[in-house]
Amino acid sequence: MKSRRFSLYISILAIVLGVTSSLVHASVTSDLMAEYQHSGAQQPDPQKAKAMWTQKFPDDSGKNTRSCSSCHTDNLHSSGKHARTNKPIEPLAPSVNKERLTDAKKIEKWFKRNCKWTLGRECSPQEKSDFLSYILSQ
Amino acid sequence: MKRTYWNSFIFAIPLLTIATVSFGDDDEEGFFKFFKRKPGIAPVTSQLYKEECGSCHFAYQPGWLPEQSWRDMMSRLDDHFGDNAELNPVNQKQVLEYLVSNSADKSDYRRSKKMMRSIGSSAAPQRITETGYFKHEHDEIPSRLIAENDKVASLSHCNACHQDADQGTFSEGNIEIPGHGKWDD
Repeated sequence: MKSRRFSLYISILAIVLGVTSSLVHASVTSDLMAEYQHSGAQQPDPQKAKAMWTQKFPDDSGKNTRSCSSCHTDNLHSSGKHARTNKPIEPLAPSVNKERLTDAKKIEKWFKRNCKWTLGRECSPQEKSDFLSYILSQ
Repeated sequence: MKRTYWNSFIFAIPLLTIATVSFGDDDEEGFFKFFKRKPGIAPVTSQLYKEECGSCHFAYQPGWLPEQSWRDMMSRLDDHFGDNAELNPVNQKQVLEYLVSNSADKSDYRRSKKMMRSIGSSAAPQRITETGYFKHEHDEIPSRLIAENDKVASLSHCNACHQDADQGTFSEGNIEIPGHGKWDD
């Protein structure tokens, strides 16, 4: 009897946690989307981001070798690894990795670092909202 | 009563042996060190550092390099060995403070002291792998086990072989080279 009640508590807790995490994730990304629109972005276009995901950009020697998929692979559901250090990178898709897109500061930090590495410049608000909508759809 | 007394001795002997062997691990400075097991280098304590720096690479202990090395490195994070590793100004300052207050020149851990002796007090190297101490410790390992080994790829990946690297332990007994096994020299 006791163990049944315990498992009931656990399931309730799991449901509550699940719901709150998806809520957090929704409000964080919708706030960011609003911010990008405020800075001039139009409707987000996930297809555009998908095409850009595998597009190759020049590295320091001028060869087109760098893309988002260099580290994250072309499948957002799978793990990637850092192109230089080999350190594993957890999947980006929120459907398989609940922690993704739950922290606005983290999202902005990685946009800044990774856009600069890949494109050689920061991403525009439009590009960021495209990427965000693409990752969200995964 | 007498029997129990002897029994406890019989159990105590193998236990003490095991304790001596397992606690003697990172110890090159004599028998008494086993009473207080201390890693070769001070383990990382800053959660921020682990998160900000350790998400891309092994979180190298600040005790591997002197203060000026960390100051130089943290002042050009936009070109961090070819990668962009910029932090926001608040985190940048906090990480720098952590590195500086735990740098090799201020540490009394054994490997930090050895590092300082090998580079001299005025040098500020950027790469741990290019210091005399590091080279000396790794000069016997053939490149087929490191550079030509996909699972290791570079000497910069400490924890590929040093199983307890994140706890600050780099002793020979804790080395396991992927695809090769234990390392004995």
